Amino acid sequence: MEQKLQKLSKKLKNIKSDVNKDKIRKLLMGSREKDGLIKLLVVYVLLICIGFVYLYPLLYMISKSFMNLDDLLDTSINWIPSSFYIKNYFDAAKSMNYLKTFFQSIVVAGVPTVINVIICSFVGYGFARFNFPGKKIMMGLLIFSYILPSTITMMPTYVLYSDMKLVGTLWAFILPALLGQGLNAPIFILIFYQFFKQVPKVLIEAAHIDGAGFFKSFLRISIPSAIPAIITVFLFSIVWYWNESYLTQLYISGVFVKGDWTSLIVQLKGFDANYNKAAAVSTVGSMVSNNESVRMAATMLSIAPVLLMYFILQRYFVESIDRTGITGE
Amino acid sequence: MSKKPKVKKVKIGKLERREALVGLIFVLPWIIGVFMFLIIPLFQSFQFALANIKMTPRGRVITFAGITNYTQIWLEDAQFPVMLIKYFWETLLSVPVIVVFALIIAMLLNGKIKFKGFFRLIFFLPVIIVSGPVMNLLTAQGAATIPAMNITGIQTALESLLPNAMASAISDLFSNMIMILWYSGVQILIFLSALQKIDSSLYEAAKIDGGSAWECFWKITLPTIKPMILLNAVYTVIFLSNNEHNAIINIIQSDMFAGNKGYGYASAMAWMYAIAETLIVGIIALLLLTRKDAYDKQVKRVKKEIKKQARALKIARRRGKRNGAKITKTIKKAEKH
Repeated sequence: MEQKLQKLSKKLKNIKSDVNKDKIRKLLMGSREKDGLIKLLVVYVLLICIGFVYLYPLLYMISKSFMNLDDLLDTSINWIPSSFYIKNYFDAAKSMNYLKTFFQSIVVAGVPTVINVIICSFVGYGFARFNFPGKKIMMGLLIFSYILPSTITMMPTYVLYSDMKLVGTLWAFILPALLGQGLNAPIFILIFYQFFKQVPKVLIEAAHIDGAGFFKSFLRISIPSAIPAIITVFLFSIVWYWNESYLTQLYISGVFVKGDWTSLIVQLKGFDANYNKAAAVSTVGSMVSNNESVRMAATMLSIAPVLLMYFILQRYFVESIDRTGITGE
Repeated sequence: MSKKPKVKKVKIGKLERREALVGLIFVLPWIIGVFMFLIIPLFQSFQFALANIKMTPRGRVITFAGITNYTQIWLEDAQFPVMLIKYFWETLLSVPVIVVFALIIAMLLNGKIKFKGFFRLIFFLPVIIVSGPVMNLLTAQGAATIPAMNITGIQTALESLLPNAMASAISDLFSNMIMILWYSGVQILIFLSALQKIDSSLYEAAKIDGGSAWECFWKITLPTIKPMILLNAVYTVIFLSNNEHNAIINIIQSDMFAGNKGYGYASAMAWMYAIAETLIVGIIALLLLTRKDAYDKQVKRVKKEIKKQARALKIARRRGKRNGAKITKTIKKAEKH
C-alpha cells in the first residue's frame, strides 16, 4: 500500500515538474500570444547596443572636449578626463565670436523658416483644395525639383543673385523662400498637401455658405486645423537651415564676396584658420594651441542650440512623421 | 422647317472657374519660383556647360565652346571621374544598408517595448545634428568608426577580389559605419509609422492559419510597406547626394571660383553629377517597382480578358445591327420593285 502511494506521489511530482518545465519553456521561448523572455532579451540587447553605437560619436565629442593637452597625450586616459577643463570652450567661443554668430545664425535660420512655413502652407493648400488645369504637371515638377541636385542650378542662381547684388545679404535666402523654393520646400509643400487633404471639404463649404471668402476660410478653418503640420515644418525647416553650410557659405557669408552674415556651422567649417588667426592675435599663452579638444568643443558649441531645442521639443520632432501622414492613411 | 433647339455646350461652371482661379493664385508664388529658380536656371546651366565663361571687369564673357568642358573633365581632370565613379558605387551600396538597417530598427521598436520613447529619441538624434562640417570634423577625429571593428583584413581581401572602385567603396562603407547608421534617422521613423498602421487583424488571421512570424514578415509586412521602402530609398539617395560630406559637391563649388575652370566647367560637372544621381534613383525605382504582386497580376489579366470579351460582344452586336439594317433595306427594296 505504502509503496503504491509512493509511486503515485512520484508520478504526481513528475507531472508537476513537467508542467513546470512547460511553463519555463513558455516563459523563455514565448507562446503565440506572448513574446518569450529570450526574444525580449535579444531585442533589448540589440537596441541598447545600437543605441550606444548611435551615441558613440556624441559621447566621444563630449569626453574629448573636456580634456587638456596632457590628457590628450596621455594614453592611459581614454574616456574620463583627469580634470574638468573648460578653457577649450572659452577659447573656441572666443575664436568663433560666439554670441554675435549665435544671434546671426538664429536670424539666418529663423527668418527664411517663417517665410517657408507661410508660403508652403499657401501652396500646399492650393494644391490640395483646388482643381486647376496643369495641376498634375505641376505636382510632377514639384517632385522633380526635389530630386534634382541643387548643384545643377547653383551656378545660374549664383549669377542671378550676384547680378541682383543679393550675394552676402539675407535676401539670398529670403527671396527663394518667398517664392516657394526655400530649402527642402518640396517636402514641406507635400506635407501641407497631405494635411490639407484630410480637412473635410464640408467644413469649408459650410464656411462659404456662411459668407466666408476663399482666403478667410483658409485662415480661419484650414490653418487652425493644420497646427501639427505647421509645427513639424517649422522645426524641420529651422534645423535644416541651421545645419545648411554649403548654401549659407555660398550665398550668405560669401566665398568670393564677403558678406556681413555668418552662422555657427559656417564658422565651424573654417574653424582651423579662424582659430589660428585668433590665437596669433591674442597675447602669447592666453589661448590653447589648436588641438582636437578645442575642435570638439567648437563642434559641441555649434550644435548645442539645436540639441537643446531637440531635448525640449522632442515630442514634436519624434511624433512629427506620424502626424503628417506621409505614410498615407 | 423648324429650328433645332439650341443645345448649350457644357461649360465649366462659373463657380468652378473661379475656384480654379483662386487655386492658381494660391500656387502662384510657387509657379513664379519654379520658373525663376528651376526652369530658367536649368536651361542656363545647360548653356553654361557648353560654354567658356570668363569673368572680366566689364562682366561675364560667354563664348560657345561645344563639348570641350566635358572632354576636358574626362580626359584631363585627375580627380573628378574617379570621384564620380566612387560616388556611384558608394551610394549604390550604402542605400540598401541604410534602408535595411532602418527597417530592422523599426521592427525592433515596433513591438511592446519599454522606453520606446527614449530609444526613438536616440535614433532620431542624428537628424538634428548632422551637417557637413560636424561630420567632417567627427570623421577626421576617427569618431566615425567603431573601434572594436577591425577592418584591415576585410579590406585586403576585398581589394584582391573586386575592381578597385568597388573595393574602396565597400571598405569606406565599413570604416564609416556609424555615419551610415546616423543617416537613417528619418527612415526609421517613416518605417515605424508605416508599421504601426498595418492592420493587426491581418496578423491574427495569418496566425490562425498557422503562419509563423517569419512568414508573416515576408507575406504581410514587407508587401504592405513596399511603397515606404521606395520612398526611403529615394530619400536616402537624395540625402547622400546633397550632403556636404560628399566630396563632389565641394569640388564643384571650389571649381566654380577657380581661375582656370569657372562656371562653365563647374556646370558641366554638375550635369554629370545630376545624371549619375538620376541613374541611381532610376536603378532603385526599377528594382523596387517592377515586381508586382502575383495577385495584382492576376487581377489585371482577368480585367483585360473581361474587357476583351466586352469589346467582342460590342462588335458582334454592332455587326448584328448593321446586318439587320441591311436586311430590312433589301426587303424594302424588294417591296418597291
